[in-house]
Amino acid sequence: MKARRRKKLAGTKSGRQSASPGSGSDLAAQLRRVAAGGVRVVDLTQTLSPDFPPIVLPPEMGQCRPFRMETISRYDDSGPGWYWSNLSFGEHTGTHFDAPIHWISGRDRPNNALDTLPSEHFMAPACVIDASAQARADADFLLTVDHIKAWERRHGRIPAGAWVLMRTDWSKRSDPVAYQNLDETGQHTPGPDPDCVRFLVRERDVLGFGTETIGTDAGQAAHFAPPYPCHYYMHGAGKYGLQCLCNLDRLPPTGALVVAAPLKILEGSGSPLRVFALVPEPAAAR
Amino acid sequence: MAEPSQRPKRKNPIIRTQQPTLPPPARSRVALGLTAAAARGRLELQVCQDCGAVQYPPREVCRNCLSHRLVWRPQDGRGELLTETVLRAAQELFFRERLPWRVGMVRLDAGANVVAYLHDNVGPAPCRVRVEAALDRAGQAVLVAVPENGRPLLSDDPKLREMTCDPRLRKILVTDGKSALGQATVRALAAAGADLIWVGQAEPWKRVAGFETLLALPQASVVPLDLTDGRSVRELAGEIGGKVDIVVNTADCHRTFGIAARRGVETAQLEMDVNYFGLLRLAQEFAPALKARAADGAASAIAWVNVLSIFALASYPAHGTYSASKAAALSLSQTLRAELRPAGVRMINLFPGPIDDEWDQLELPPKLSPGAVASAIVEALKGSVEDVYPGDVAQDWLARHLDNSKALERELAEGSR
Repeated sequence: MKARRRKKLAGTKSGRQSASPGSGSDLAAQLRRVAAGGVRVVDLTQTLSPDFPPIVLPPEMGQCRPFRMETISRYDDSGPGWYWSNLSFGEHTGTHFDAPIHWISGRDRPNNALDTLPSEHFMAPACVIDASAQARADADFLLTVDHIKAWERRHGRIPAGAWVLMRTDWSKRSDPVAYQNLDETGQHTPGPDPDCVRFLVRERDVLGFGTETIGTDAGQAAHFAPPYPCHYYMHGAGKYGLQCLCNLDRLPPTGALVVAAPLKILEGSGSPLRVFALVPEPAAAR
Repeated sequence: MAEPSQRPKRKNPIIRTQQPTLPPPARSRVALGLTAAAARGRLELQVCQDCGAVQYPPREVCRNCLSHRLVWRPQDGRGELLTETVLRAAQELFFRERLPWRVGMVRLDAGANVVAYLHDNVGPAPCRVRVEAALDRAGQAVLVAVPENGRPLLSDDPKLREMTCDPRLRKILVTDGKSALGQATVRALAAAGADLIWVGQAEPWKRVAGFETLLALPQASVVPLDLTDGRSVRELAGEIGGKVDIVVNTADCHRTFGIAARRGVETAQLEMDVNYFGLLRLAQEFAPALKARAADGAASAIAWVNVLSIFALASYPAHGTYSASKAAALSLSQTLRAELRPAGVRMINLFPGPIDDEWDQLELPPKLSPGAVASAIVEALKGSVEDVYPGDVAQDWLARHLDNSKALERELAEGSR
């Protein structure tokens, strides 16, 4: 099975870099360093709140329910000694994970839903590609194969089984209007172009693709061929998506280990989750 | 001549806010016929089917021939003010706070004598007058005599103004100011002299045409408000709840599906979340604040307006889940009315037929323009009514509903509107 093959690859190829957290012995070393304070934990998660904007679709389509929180009791007549709430939200709300079953291209993949997700994928190395300058200059900036190759010339080949995270600093747009960046022609947010996605899937066998925007695809990706290429190709190959990430500017280009374990939902297509990265601190920084 | 209302002085914060009192609210069941008509802005009196005698006050049998075949019929209210007096002492707290008060006896041309409040513009008796039905602060029908000619406003009379909810100089919350209806409503209220209009905005990232220029109105002030989010409603109520005089709930989620045409409940839940639970959230947060300020001088909290739909009366199967959500909202609004009534805050429901917007695109005319619905809201506030059926379709459905609700159900099921 593809998933098993990828795991094997992740265990061998990525082992060539001594700092890679992909191999078992390195992981144990990492954990020892966490205990010793030698690892920085970076939270990559936006706060789930009613104000956080969900994806916008034409209103006649089914809609992703935004995050909502209704109080059950708050030390009051409904429950004098305790505070708790009922939540409702779409699977694809806030900082969230996309499973292959999310897209029609991934519907027949094995282990494609949250309840069958291989648990070894909960942790993976991250390659962080900084496109913040380009995204600042052009909201519709598209990441290309050339950008990937340029990154690899500086930081080494993207190992199989790694998360590729596209840093745009889009998460710094705290105003939801600027974050959505909609106009009459739809959303304008950066993302990968179709060739870039094909390259990452076929040539680099990544674990998945992560962004700071509301989708793994660019805002205008409905007009690409195929539409939503990142969803189409990634999920079609059994790979994952992470979106609405933040703090990617606090990660090194390589060397961070991302922990992304979505909720275990029967036939779940995705879920909000707490994503964080473990970043080894150079001894001098301690 | 009565002076139009003036901008009230700012509140003196060291004086206790007055508590609302009500005129005597009790009515017999038969007398509620007068209220039922007044709630729709009509003066109706019982007419004997046997001898034709017009009855007043409402009664079980004809005052002339003792027939029990009395039916409610619209009246033009024209008549002669025979005599008048000024009420100078009263045991009822409501009147005690408002004395002196002119009342008179009118001989209707239709043949009955009625006791009516006299508008300031009515000259000394004897003179020609027109009697209107109005709703008092208790929500019950009372009769008001105005000059026979011209259209003096109840709100031009300082006492009778309390029987209206005139938006002039009021502070008003429009819960959704972004939709075509919401925008038209804000403009109509501004034109009617509203002092301040809080314009609710959900999903600020969705820009709609006209909204930016709407906010340029000097009275308009945009506020974040999403009725599907309890926290949003609570925060806004905390911020402005103690200032709002009138809530106009224009928030509406309209999708066009029956049962078989759409799988699942998500879309129906969204309609319900805005149209029903949204109203519930809004009422829980804002109604207590309105009730607390229902007697706060000339700038008191006075009214709540819901834009429902004629589909609330009977399901329009092509818009079945929407009809159900509006029926639920109608039921809840009756609860809200019951809870607002002890404070004298009026609850007005509008039941428009299809509106000329994107969700009624495939409906054949006649359709109401959003501006026509907005005008109906302002008219309802200026007048003294509870239930408004603006437009031909709404009037037609109402007549068919009142005549034979089962027949209406069948007609709508056949697909004929």
